[in-house]
Amino acid sequence: MSSRFSGSAAAVTETALPARRLRRSLGSRLASGAAPYLLILPACAVIGAVLGYPLFFMGRLSLQHYGLFQLIRHKGEWIGTRNYSHILHDGLFWHVVFRTLAFTAAAVSLTMVAGTLFALLLAQLGSKMRLLLTAGLIFVWAMPVVVAVAVWSWMTDFEFGVGNWLLTELHIGNFNHHDWFANTWSGWAIITLLVVWGAIPFVALMVYAGLTQVPQELVEAATSDGANPWQVFRDVTLPLLKPIFVILTSLSIIWDFQVFNQIWILLSGQPPPQYFTMSIYAFTTSFQQSEYGLGSAIALVMVAILLVVSFVYIRQMVKIGDAE
Amino acid sequence: MRTGRARGIALNAVALLVFAVMVFPVYWMVSTAFKPGRDIFADTPVWFPIHATLSNFGDAIHRPHFWADVKNSLIIVSVVVAMSLVLAFLAALALAKFRFYGRKAFIILIIGVQMIPLNALIIPIYLVLSKAHQVDKLSGVIVTYLTFVLPFTIWTLRGFMLGIPRDLEEASQVDGTTRFGAFLRILLPLIGPGLVATSIFAFIQAWNEYIMAYVLLHDPSKQTLTVWLASFTGDRGTAWGPLMAGATLTALPVVIFFVAVQRKIAFGLTAGAVRG
Repeated sequence: MSSRFSGSAAAVTETALPARRLRRSLGSRLASGAAPYLLILPACAVIGAVLGYPLFFMGRLSLQHYGLFQLIRHKGEWIGTRNYSHILHDGLFWHVVFRTLAFTAAAVSLTMVAGTLFALLLAQLGSKMRLLLTAGLIFVWAMPVVVAVAVWSWMTDFEFGVGNWLLTELHIGNFNHHDWFANTWSGWAIITLLVVWGAIPFVALMVYAGLTQVPQELVEAATSDGANPWQVFRDVTLPLLKPIFVILTSLSIIWDFQVFNQIWILLSGQPPPQYFTMSIYAFTTSFQQSEYGLGSAIALVMVAILLVVSFVYIRQMVKIGDAE
Repeated sequence: MRTGRARGIALNAVALLVFAVMVFPVYWMVSTAFKPGRDIFADTPVWFPIHATLSNFGDAIHRPHFWADVKNSLIIVSVVVAMSLVLAFLAALALAKFRFYGRKAFIILIIGVQMIPLNALIIPIYLVLSKAHQVDKLSGVIVTYLTFVLPFTIWTLRGFMLGIPRDLEEASQVDGTTRFGAFLRILLPLIGPGLVATSIFAFIQAWNEYIMAYVLLHDPSKQTLTVWLASFTGDRGTAWGPLMAGATLTALPVVIFFVAVQRKIAFGLTAGAVRG
């Protein structure tokens, strides 16, 4: 089983032209050995320059005092690990970490549960209805985040927003001129709804794609053995779809943990501290308070937390990437 | 039989409800964009744009800097996509067609760097670019966008190349063509649709990006369309009609492209994950 482009080419030459093979072998072997490295070299160089260097620079920054004065001189002032000890003793930092974790947990579980339910619904529908729902989900998925935020800020507008009108009409309460962002809890509810709404289509369509690959015989066998639909889902479908669920859950965690645009634009670029997530805290510390060193330290703590989740995701992806 | 039919009706009703709730924000954006002001600022919402008008679109495109920002977005996106595609094509070829020492490390690198949050990276990137006098220049944004477009493009193109049957390449070599000839005649036409789909997806990613452009471009005539739209959103006492028209225009190219290629790309992400 020669699965290599060059290897199989060599095998063909070997049987057809034994004499020429000897003359060529050293040169062509060197060439085909170097070829993949030459091919990835440009991409590696660019990734190193645009990603590797900034990462290294961020690590350095986090050990420096880098304020407005240093910004003008383009030179930081080394202060060791003082940025880190500062944030570890900063009450707001811990609040922000826990809030980010709580938001991520809420948004990811809502997304995964709703997405899976929608996928199961899709699998039960007739072909026309399924096409309609799939098309709707794809439209939502295609919405650029900035556009989605604009629409949601219109729907939740305190004066003419359709949300307040609907809730008042349904007699859930008097929401006339209700400002959703005056109260932190209701503000976060809107942010979570917006993020979950945007994330559901991807999860639903991926899980549905996985469901269509579950062998029907297995489901029928389990049903004829007397399993109810819930048992079929738990004991047949779920184990088979586990790789997909691992990938989708870790991706959702990674995306929701670093949520920025939705909060930033909904609150007009001036979110008060009770709307800070880790990425917003790192951002405002850097760009509004001009404490770039401190901001980098916060951002690196965020990257470190994400690294743990990414590990699960990358392991699963490498398994798939290597399987072929 | 009757319970089966009742179940079918109930399922369809639930599906319709889900459809309505999910699609409503999209519908509300488009319908608001076509409504005259008196229907937008109404105490009872007007559900259909019965007095449809294009005046909101006129207001949106005549707002300052709209056309300049459209042009900037197009320049940035085209250069980023072209550069990524060339670099990614070579790297994906190596990943899909060769086994080599360090291949796995390269795969981990490609997937791993996509996990680094852009809003963390923007801090050092801003400082590095400001030192190099690349703030407020499209070139700075272009370089920055490569950080997320390039790894994604490599990974996706690799998936498309894996889909090409090896027998085809080998058959052409037995016929006596050189490897490069085989590559041009066989591989390139086969990878064509994959290249198109990948570049469209790269286009969408770069077009939608907000935070990098927001930090790196200050001059309103040098910004991108997403920054233009977001600054519009932040206004208090917002002109909702023109804003929804602007949002519709921003989303339009993305939605058209996305609907065209989403099947091809999206499922590549988890393809092969379920193997019974």
